[in-house]
Amino acid sequence: MKLNQLSVFLENKPGRLSEPCKVLAQAGINILTLSLADTQQFGILRLIVREWEQAKVELEKAGCVVNITEVVAIEVADQAGGLESVLEMIEAADINVEYIYAFTYRSGDKAIIVFRFENPDAAIETLQGKGVNVIGPVALYDRIGQ
Amino acid sequence: MKEAAKGQAPTFHPVSAPDYLPAEQLWQLQFSRLSAIVARAYERVGLFRQRMDERGLTPADVTSLADIAKLPFTVKTDLRDTYPFGLFASEMKDVVRLHASSGTTGKPIVVAYTQADVDVWASVMVRTFAACGLGRGDIIQNSYGYGLFTGGLGAHYGAEALGATVIPTSGGNTERQIMVMKDFGVTALCCTPSYFLHIVDRAAEMGIDLKELPIRAGIFGAEPWTEPMRERVEQASGVKAYDIYGLSEIIGPGVASECAEQSGLHIFEDHFYPEIIDPTSGEPLEDGQEGELVLTTLSKWAMPMIRYRTRDITYIIPERCGCGRTVRRIRRINRRSDDMFIIRGVNVFPSQIEEALLRVEGTLPHYQIILTREQGLDRMEIQVEVTAAVFSDRVRAMEDLQRNLSHSIEQILGIRSKVTLVEPHTLKRSEGKAKRLIDKRDL
Repeated sequence: MKLNQLSVFLENKPGRLSEPCKVLAQAGINILTLSLADTQQFGILRLIVREWEQAKVELEKAGCVVNITEVVAIEVADQAGGLESVLEMIEAADINVEYIYAFTYRSGDKAIIVFRFENPDAAIETLQGKGVNVIGPVALYDRIGQ
Repeated sequence: MKEAAKGQAPTFHPVSAPDYLPAEQLWQLQFSRLSAIVARAYERVGLFRQRMDERGLTPADVTSLADIAKLPFTVKTDLRDTYPFGLFASEMKDVVRLHASSGTTGKPIVVAYTQADVDVWASVMVRTFAACGLGRGDIIQNSYGYGLFTGGLGAHYGAEALGATVIPTSGGNTERQIMVMKDFGVTALCCTPSYFLHIVDRAAEMGIDLKELPIRAGIFGAEPWTEPMRERVEQASGVKAYDIYGLSEIIGPGVASECAEQSGLHIFEDHFYPEIIDPTSGEPLEDGQEGELVLTTLSKWAMPMIRYRTRDITYIIPERCGCGRTVRRIRRINRRSDDMFIIRGVNVFPSQIEEALLRVEGTLPHYQIILTREQGLDRMEIQVEVTAAVFSDRVRAMEDLQRNLSHSIEQILGIRSKVTLVEPHTLKRSEGKAKRLIDKRDL
């Protein structure tokens, strides 16, 4: 039920962001969604791609430092309050969230939010028990047509 | 004594007499002192005795100055290995002063002086100041650090013995230093060259032009600096910038000094016998050939140093100096034979940086040390390549890593530095020895 997200370390200087994107483009790999966490000193580029194993190999060949992190995709109603109701449940269950970002694609009429939880397995169990729709990779790629 | 005009050297100072000894007399003086100090070290310093025995040598084998080449070397690790007092030749009751300088692994190097040693130290500092054109009537501000460091007290006792008016400001509090310089009519300042540039900048910010003040000489040591730097200093301040040389293991400041010619540093070789050796083979070289400077203390009673390898690279200038001194000159020193560098007056080895990095991660990443100078102050940046082993998806973890590395370095060196995480393979690799250090300071 977890997605494999790629994290790439970037120095905070011009050209560093386009480098991994260029590598993936050349390998014919489509980026489904991404998020960039930045500090004054450096950035961490987070990517969701379908062919994550191949992507990791290509990026490392090009000299990038890459991590794989397990993240969780959750469907929420694509309307005002859609995200908020899920967050309430997460907070009520005392689940620790490291970060979140949104998918660029919709799943039908739902929005998809990517979560990094401190303990993804426990979070999935708890959230599913509360009726939150956690969407795994197979279903996800199918619904977004990728 | 008539007051010297700005930039001119005053008349001859009596304590400087040995600077002008005819060669024959100088050699005889050196040889008689050498015999005595070798005998003393042989009798009283265990490590030296042991090394002489290993070579089957006794003090009687030193029958000429040239025979010094038969004697064993002393190296910095000997001082660390015998910490604290293992190289002393005097009993503690005869030691009137102890000083210490930083060692590379945290243990300091301890040096000792009898009253006679302290007096010799003061006399070579008098010769230093006299060579730099100073004398009675000068007002000397001493911004070298007072304390265990030999710079502060070394310069102080010398300036007092010279007959000058001494202001013991020690280091720090730049605005107050400038106020003192201005209000007390200071004519000479003792400090590191980089600190002086900082003073010049700060003074300009305070609206004070050093060229308008009575200060006419700067006595700069404790770190390497070059001709272009001297020109910059002299132009910016109207002060004649003199290079002096010393090291705590030998005595402190006062081993060698420039004169009015500012072309090489005269070694006070009646007290500190110089040799130049090939750093790899240890073989002595001729005057004029570049190599590692080796010094023997001819008159230091509490802690004689026989053939101490300084790790400084220079050569002895064969020609006689225009000032008339017969004690030979060495070309100014701006590099060392090992990797050590100096930042803000502190000796640092890249191995210490490595140790600090290893402490945090357990693995040694590729790193590079970049030294710059901003507004007169040395800054150190350590670029560390991020590896898969240390890379975390969490920003906080990376920031913590950065902070821990910086903290670890500060703990080991006592200097704050900037740690920058960089992408892998961005730091240049080199064949053989890694270029760990990029020194962008315009020394």
